[in-house]
Amino acid sequence: MPLPRLIPCLDVAGGRVVKGVHFQELRDMGDPVELGEAYSEAGADELVFLDIAATVEERETLVDLVRRVAGRLAIPFTVGGGVRTVADAEALLEAGADKVAVNSAALAQPELLSALAERLGSQAVVLAVDSAGGEVRSHAGSRPVGRRAAAWAREGEERGAGEILLTSIDTDGTRDGYDLELTQEVADAVSVPVIASGGAGSAAHVAAALEVAQAALLASILHEDPARLAGLRSELRGLGVPLRDAA
Amino acid sequence: MRVAVCEYGAGNVRSVLVACERLGADARATGDPDEVARADLAVLPGVGSARSAMQGLAARGLDAALRERVSVGRPTLGICLGLQLALEWSDEDGGVPGLALLTGRAVRLQDRRVPRIGWARVEPGGEEFYFAHSFAADTPAATATSEGVVAVAESDGFLGVQFHPEKSGRAGARFLERCLSPA
Repeated sequence: MPLPRLIPCLDVAGGRVVKGVHFQELRDMGDPVELGEAYSEAGADELVFLDIAATVEERETLVDLVRRVAGRLAIPFTVGGGVRTVADAEALLEAGADKVAVNSAALAQPELLSALAERLGSQAVVLAVDSAGGEVRSHAGSRPVGRRAAAWAREGEERGAGEILLTSIDTDGTRDGYDLELTQEVADAVSVPVIASGGAGSAAHVAAALEVAQAALLASILHEDPARLAGLRSELRGLGVPLRDAA
Repeated sequence: MRVAVCEYGAGNVRSVLVACERLGADARATGDPDEVARADLAVLPGVGSARSAMQGLAARGLDAALRERVSVGRPTLGICLGLQLALEWSDEDGGVPGLALLTGRAVRLQDRRVPRIGWARVEPGGEEFYFAHSFAADTPAATATSEGVVAVAESDGFLGVQFHPEKSGRAGARFLERCLSPA
């Protein structure tokens, strides 16, 4: 198995990085181009960029922003938010993204996953699953869809998703630790890599998540001080987590 | 140094261009077979499926251009799917003939989790690079491995890597720098 990954996540709205708690109360955390580069330099294993306020009118702005972020990165780059068609995904890849993440559009239209995988390869297709109490929510966590997260992740894999980005709305932004029970349930259900998201507050939380998932998403724990990533990496090594040597 | 990055509708050419330019190379994305045949270094990137990639190469005459330059020993770098396409055969998509720049075939990975995504050590050398793949080369031309998977394969002018040097941070930049410096 490849080494466990630490993945800073930039939630973007209106061209700025924002962070909320339980998907609400958004706060401005900075410029995505600057933060992306700072994380790439500080040893991030990948970067995720989610346009959480994506609208059809803003597509071109988003593609331009992705191009500017990608131009500064030397690590893999996943972009999500508002991807509804294969053409949307191709525009993001052309701008320099390596993978696209899909969420609500895949729930509304599961065949989108197969179409994306056929065109881009499964390794470029990330299924983002937002879950509360083990149940899937769509539309930035606002709508229950009446399915178990693990069952949907498994269907997503069968349809062509190459990774599952699993966010627990229950733990998101709390800094109380990842939702290990949910993460374990999903990781057992699929044979593609799982990225755990929501709740990182300490190195011990991240280490626990990486026992279950192949990667851990990091957001509010980092944005106030991107340099904290380097410290977090060495703390994790001290806890016995085998991270790559970013030097 | 003039670098031609093959553009054939199946690859993230942009990240390869950005990485080469950062190292001071004059890199261009191109689907023109003459340009690919003549460049100081040709790069064959690639993501997606083997069948549509081979169709994209053939439609532009890039398959012949790549064979031509490799046959006269001009440096050519295949990345990820670009390595798999260089083999004689890929098991992907029910079986697809490759460019046959290297002997061997691409076979599906048997790991617990596929795609195999993430950073992994490559030996010899001990450096870590980023991988994202579901198939891997099975070839006698292998010169480096990663966790039992072929990471590098080479013969004559062709150098194929399963990992993504353009996405592999400082280790990747050092690797590309070696490819970009004239022998």
